[in-house]
Amino acid sequence: MKIRKLTKTILAALLALPLISGVATAYELSIPSFDYRTGPYAPSGIPYANGFADYLMMLNARDGGINGSKIVVVPCETGYNTKKGVECYENVKNTGESRSLVIHPLSTGITYQLIPKTSVDLIPIHSMGYGRTSAANGKVFPWVFNFPVTYWDGAAIFVKYIAEKEGGLDQLKGKKIALVYHNSAYGKEPIRTLEKISEKYGFEFMALPVDHPGQEQKSTWLQIRKERPDWVLMWGWGVMNQVAIKEAASIRFPMDHFIGVWWSGNESDVLPAGEDAHNFLAGAIHAPGANFPLFDDIAKHVYGKGNGAGEKDRIGEVTYNRGVLAGVYAAEAIRTAMKIHGTNKVTPVMVRDGYENLEISAGRWEEMGLKGFAKPVKITCDNHAGSRQAAIMQWDANAKKWNQVTDYYDTMNDVVDPLIEADSKQYAAENSVVPRICN
Amino acid sequence: MIYRETGQFKANYQDDQALFPIAQDRYVILAVLLVTFAVVPLLLNQYWLNAILLPFLIYALAALGLNILTGYCGQLSLGTGAFMAVGAFSVFKLMTAIPELGFIPLVILSGLITAAVGTLFGLPSLRIKGFYLAVATLAAQFFLIWLFNKVGWFFNYNATGMITSPPMTLFGVIVTGPSADPVAKYYLVAGFVALFALFAKNITRGRIGRNWMAIRDMDIAAELIGVRPLIAKLSAFAVSSFYVGMAGALYFAVWLGSAEPTEAFDINQSFLVLFMIIIGGLGSVLGSFLGAAFMVTMPILLKNIMVDGLGTDTALAAHIEIITIGVLIIGFLIVEPHGLARLWRIAKEKMRLWPFPH
Repeated sequence: MKIRKLTKTILAALLALPLISGVATAYELSIPSFDYRTGPYAPSGIPYANGFADYLMMLNARDGGINGSKIVVVPCETGYNTKKGVECYENVKNTGESRSLVIHPLSTGITYQLIPKTSVDLIPIHSMGYGRTSAANGKVFPWVFNFPVTYWDGAAIFVKYIAEKEGGLDQLKGKKIALVYHNSAYGKEPIRTLEKISEKYGFEFMALPVDHPGQEQKSTWLQIRKERPDWVLMWGWGVMNQVAIKEAASIRFPMDHFIGVWWSGNESDVLPAGEDAHNFLAGAIHAPGANFPLFDDIAKHVYGKGNGAGEKDRIGEVTYNRGVLAGVYAAEAIRTAMKIHGTNKVTPVMVRDGYENLEISAGRWEEMGLKGFAKPVKITCDNHAGSRQAAIMQWDANAKKWNQVTDYYDTMNDVVDPLIEADSKQYAAENSVVPRICN
Repeated sequence: MIYRETGQFKANYQDDQALFPIAQDRYVILAVLLVTFAVVPLLLNQYWLNAILLPFLIYALAALGLNILTGYCGQLSLGTGAFMAVGAFSVFKLMTAIPELGFIPLVILSGLITAAVGTLFGLPSLRIKGFYLAVATLAAQFFLIWLFNKVGWFFNYNATGMITSPPMTLFGVIVTGPSADPVAKYYLVAGFVALFALFAKNITRGRIGRNWMAIRDMDIAAELIGVRPLIAKLSAFAVSSFYVGMAGALYFAVWLGSAEPTEAFDINQSFLVLFMIIIGGLGSVLGSFLGAAFMVTMPILLKNIMVDGLGTDTALAAHIEIITIGVLIIGFLIVEPHGLARLWRIAKEKMRLWPFPH
């Protein structure tokens, strides 16, 4: 009997396969979440996915969704693998009555893969602080958003921080800066920018690749011990982060001269190295910690009812907060879209307009219970990357917490802007895209 | 029963040596082709075409290629991923340099380039055998991927090392790039696969195929009866790489649209295709298809059943998927080490004799 029941379920599932979209009673807002809770990138993927889901579930529980429309988070496991990501995209893009309102690929490789596809399927992508940097040019990439900051800005900002510590940009001459990067489209993003900046300020730049999945870094750090760079930057993800920090500690590289990008600064990255990780630096695009009223709402409305995606004591981890940030932007963009188009039944095309006219002032952040959590945002037709600012935070291994140690830096517009212009122009030429006119 | 051949008399050698000597087989193949080309595109939606059938067909072509080398000629190769990369990067360079030639000639041309590269890496097979050859092809895997990642010329010096397929048309229909119609892509790939599967079926039945099999079964004996190992082994490498290269070109240009060498063509790719032919059946054209179908659709099917059907959470589903695939592979290897194709052959024999098994 049991087997027959199982066969029945499987058959039903099979039959339902081509028409996955369920029957919805009220208009629901479908937002897919490209997760990776398995594989070597799970240490980074899990907190992000939890934060994203928790925030949106909290809106459902507290406010009944966005302006009364319930949100449905559609998870799909990509394992940070591009092929699975493409399968996920095909699977979720037409899900629900609203279709997918916005795609967060959470992988630079998948973002590159989906950029051409989404502009045909008319679905916006928000690659928040990752993905293709030149998508900042909204004239060429109307469907892609990558605010609040891009990798090229990140590279410039880290050099600015280094210069500040060394006593000015003119002091960079003769210094040596190494980049330890994930050998993929993601890790390669900052290389060209760093090369340009190194030419301009006369420091020596060396790029050291680490292959997927990032567990094997002995030779990389041996090289660092031999070459003795003054500063090391890291573009790492998943297990690569914790391995790198441990390796750096084992060659006694000074942690306060080791800066990770904002994806290399989660609690789970530094905790395995224990005391040795003290003073490790990382980029920040939002505040760490759970000291915001909004997190109390998440604890009360989501975890209080036992609907939390993760463990309650991991609320406030850096990458968890990153997921919340993505959720906030998505919800605010949908709210903006509803206001512009005067309807609660928004479509992906309308949500794109919402993103393009998104404005979150300091007052609005405070209203949401996130005062000082992130910088105000204003997106325009030609600028999809926002203010392009980042700060630096530092790990305190004794207190086991991250502290933001600088204010937000501006990018080096004189270096990065021409690069964005050139790269987006090249994309437009290769893919016969006619840049639209923004006024 | 349905496979009874009573009344099918063969009056000449030509009939006896036909591609499918049993009439029922011919009907089945015709029916499959009819379904493939006439019914499937009408019936299935974009998700099925883009996410399941395209990868299945492309992997079937790659598995066919590896099967020629490993299944028919007995030369174990772990460089399939790299040879697919050669095909992909060749078609990318050709598409950006001489798009006037048209897409189909470019795919065949990139297959030929891969054949040349494959032959080069096949040279050690004349001296080393078995596991040692596998290690030599493993070197090809690592060397070629490193090369495509390192030398800017291969990816036209773009910032991230990714290659993106520009849109190309075939008879006025766009077949590559994002705005390509899924049905058009499906027809293109299905056409390629059908044509070259037929070619493979033929070549393995003829003199060349028999030479390969002689080398596979015992190379010294083969040499003694007059098979030239140089020609036989290198031709197997060339034909195999030709298939794998075309599969790589289609994989990149038609299915993925953009790719980076380290992820899309890594060692896992080589293993995946190797598993396909082991599970499908070594030395069988049908086996290549069955293996590809098993390895491509099984994970997606399991995931969809668990996540969308039963509502399991995604992480648990992913873990169960890994376990199930592993168990199924081991199970198959124990129950039927000759692969799914052998199961089909047994079933067919049973049906031919039914209802009198003795």
